[in-house]
Amino acid sequence: MNRKLKDKIFQFFIYLSVSIVSFVLLFITGYVLYKGFSSINLDFFIRLPKPVGEKGGGMVNAIVGSFMIVGIASLFSIPLSILTGVYLSEYKNEKFANIVRSSLEILGAVPSIVIGVFVYGLVVYPMKRFSLLAGSIALSIIMIPLIARTTEEMLNMVPTTIKEAGLSLGIKNWKVIFYIILNTAKPGVLTGVLLSLARVFGETAPLLFTSFGNRFWHRSILDPAAALPLQIFVYAIAPYDDWNRQAWAGAFVLIVIVYILIIVSRRLVLKNK
Amino acid sequence: MTNKDYSNKIFKFILKFSAIVSFSILVLIFVVLLKHSYLAVKTFKLKFFIDTTWDPVFEKFGALPFVYGTLLTSFLALIISAPISISVALFLSEFANRRLKEFLGVIISLLAAIPSVIYGLVGIFVLAPLMREYISPGIQKIFGFLPFFQGSVYGLDYFTASIVLSIMITPTITSISTELFDAVSKSLREASLALGATKWEMIKISVLKTTKVGIIAALLLGLGRAIGETMAVTMVIGNVPNISLSLFSSGATLASVIANEFTEATGDLYLSSLYYIGLVLLLVTLALNLSSNILIKYLVKTK
Amino acid sequence: MKKIIKNAIAAVVILSNLIFAQKVVLINGAGATFPYPLYSKWFYEYSKIDKTVNFNYQSIGSGGGIRQILAQTVDFGASDAFLTEEQLKQAPAKILHIPTTAGAVVLTYNIPELKGKETLRLTPEIISKIYLGKIKKWNDKLIQTENPNVTLPDKNIVVARRSDGSGTTFIFTDYLCEISAEWKNRVGKGTSVNWPVGLGGKGNEGVAGIVKNTPYSMGYVEISYAIQNNLDYAIVKNKDGYYVKPTIESITAAIEDKAKNMPDDYRVSIVNAGGKNSYPISGFTWILAYQKQKDPVRGEKLVKFLKWALTDGQKYCAEIHYAPLPKNLVDKVLKTIETIEY
Repeated sequence: MNRKLKDKIFQFFIYLSVSIVSFVLLFITGYVLYKGFSSINLDFFIRLPKPVGEKGGGMVNAIVGSFMIVGIASLFSIPLSILTGVYLSEYKNEKFANIVRSSLEILGAVPSIVIGVFVYGLVVYPMKRFSLLAGSIALSIIMIPLIARTTEEMLNMVPTTIKEAGLSLGIKNWKVIFYIILNTAKPGVLTGVLLSLARVFGETAPLLFTSFGNRFWHRSILDPAAALPLQIFVYAIAPYDDWNRQAWAGAFVLIVIVYILIIVSRRLVLKNK
Repeated sequence: MTNKDYSNKIFKFILKFSAIVSFSILVLIFVVLLKHSYLAVKTFKLKFFIDTTWDPVFEKFGALPFVYGTLLTSFLALIISAPISISVALFLSEFANRRLKEFLGVIISLLAAIPSVIYGLVGIFVLAPLMREYISPGIQKIFGFLPFFQGSVYGLDYFTASIVLSIMITPTITSISTELFDAVSKSLREASLALGATKWEMIKISVLKTTKVGIIAALLLGLGRAIGETMAVTMVIGNVPNISLSLFSSGATLASVIANEFTEATGDLYLSSLYYIGLVLLLVTLALNLSSNILIKYLVKTK
Repeated sequence: MKKIIKNAIAAVVILSNLIFAQKVVLINGAGATFPYPLYSKWFYEYSKIDKTVNFNYQSIGSGGGIRQILAQTVDFGASDAFLTEEQLKQAPAKILHIPTTAGAVVLTYNIPELKGKETLRLTPEIISKIYLGKIKKWNDKLIQTENPNVTLPDKNIVVARRSDGSGTTFIFTDYLCEISAEWKNRVGKGTSVNWPVGLGGKGNEGVAGIVKNTPYSMGYVEISYAIQNNLDYAIVKNKDGYYVKPTIESITAAIEDKAKNMPDDYRVSIVNAGGKNSYPISGFTWILAYQKQKDPVRGEKLVKFLKWALTDGQKYCAEIHYAPLPKNLVDKVLKTIETIEY
């Protein structure tokens, strides 16, 4: 009797936990979508912020800013990390490869606020300006371990027969890797890229001391720039009701972008399988 | 030399170069942090972690309140999250059919992807008032005799921060645990069932016992994530550098003090102390991740 | 897939050109949250007058303004705490303090029972004791005696203060040092102090947010933040025994009392002013700029803006509850602005 009771309690607890987790996700998503949707208007997407305390205005510079910061970060990080991933997969037995792999694991574990502090010391302070560029550098550092490791894993999953077939046809080694193997692993690699984009789109901490924020348009990548998560943070902790409303609107846009990236990446994984 | 050799060599060079750049970033991080924290390290040395005074006026900096806040919220988050995460992982591994597993997998990925600032936003406007008006006073009525639940309730405190953190680390622990449980061989499970075990006993004996090491690794990773988490915590913890047994008291963490004070630290020692805290944060999360990886590697080896 | 990418890149290029086509100079400043409502109004209005320049101001607190101007990562700083002698020595070149306006630091509170009723009256003793943690409840005898017409609730005072480096804190703690020897010895004054009690809010916005959302709380904020958020704020007894409401007139009275002999570098405190009409917790706020501007284009535009702010800009002060600077002070400051080289 006792054993059966234990079993029933255990199963109850399991179902309870699953329900809690599902509820939390559905609640947070639903609440953000609901509050956000009712807070959004056209102005939000096309107007710049208004002076403090005045109602209205929008976050167009933050939305564009986020895209630009992430875009430029991708220019740095995607080629670099894919090539690193290829290196780790191709030369996986070399001692240096093991060192790189370990350091990427460590890099991936660094809290994003520490990366912000690092980029401030490395870029902002010597350059004597906050900039979109510094923000991009910070985000690219976060992206690199994610993409490199996924690339390596995906490449490792490509059967060696494909590589052997290519080589036996007389194709140069680097062409085999670049055109054939990478192509085969493309969906998986793309998944890694999309996941890292989803991650950095929502990052706030590394931008606090790098891209800094801007109430207007940045005029070059050497200017401070507004970013969506940064603006949400500033507006959320402020007492102005209209700013709080705009924070929800921003959260709505952010969560939609992130969710789309995640769902698309999952579709790719399924296709790959 | 044939053309073939050159192009392959160039390719390898490009690859190696990329790898070197990736590796150098980590080295650079240590260099920059060490360089800028040197002043504080030299001035305070290890006393930094025992001193409770954080006084920019008299230039006395002690990080104990932040260490306390970080440890308290992270461990509490772990305690809250661990049973739930592991249960969900067990469900995915032992009970769910393929469609349910896929569906829940999406839910967990989405939960993991929600940006920290959005957790903070919901924390400020939904959770904190809820805690302040109903949940914390309710807990105080029942458990108020314990020192952990005494004092006035403001809503922005250790407790709220811990709850938010626990939600944030659940996907990490769940996904690793699910993989661990999936890897347990079918025959091991069937063996205990054949001997007449209930489902719970089967899981206890065949699954949990054998994956114990891996579960610890997953928990360490979750803990590491909680320790480094910044935005959501800053928004709901109250930002008071004190030490209090009461969970309803406001506090601060290593990450939140950097977020709040870094751009404003006037004075070299002040700024250096914040770099020092950044260095500590780096080393602690690294240690946790490394231990977790060592455990996982040990697991893989002994399979 | 490739087509989508090509179209996306084209769209971005076109969009960027549209946005960045006009030759607009971006000038970056950071610092005090105290004057932020006024400054953001100024920058917004000025961008309509001079379309070739945008002023990007990040309200991160006076501590941030001082730090970033010393590090030269911004074109100008803003602070309600003037630089100390050491900070001036630290600066790589001479920094000018340009006073732009003056405001009041008010004690704002959230007592549901008092909403719509009589305004709370506070004395210096009460204020210092609350922030020292010695007065813990709203219905403490000291507070109740000053407010005989209302029944104060038997609730703990949730104290709010700044978690970041703040000029508002500087003004407030400067005042506390003047009126409480215990505060002076125990805590001192500064942009960031070791607070005996209190929840930390980031910026004036953060403190106002805490008070707004937490019943029975009290915090110190620039008056504009209290008014814009419909928060109640107290009437304070000044050193000559008069109860003074924070208004533009009472701020101006404080300026007249304590800034009669304005030093040439404008670094002066106007807290604890005397006289019938002076509000005791008032303060100037300054823009910090290097006398020798590094960039001629930016320097010229900054100087033009500063002149506008001290003249036409002053008309925006009153409606957001900042005190416009007295005429003779403006004349003096304009002369100082003339000394900026670019």
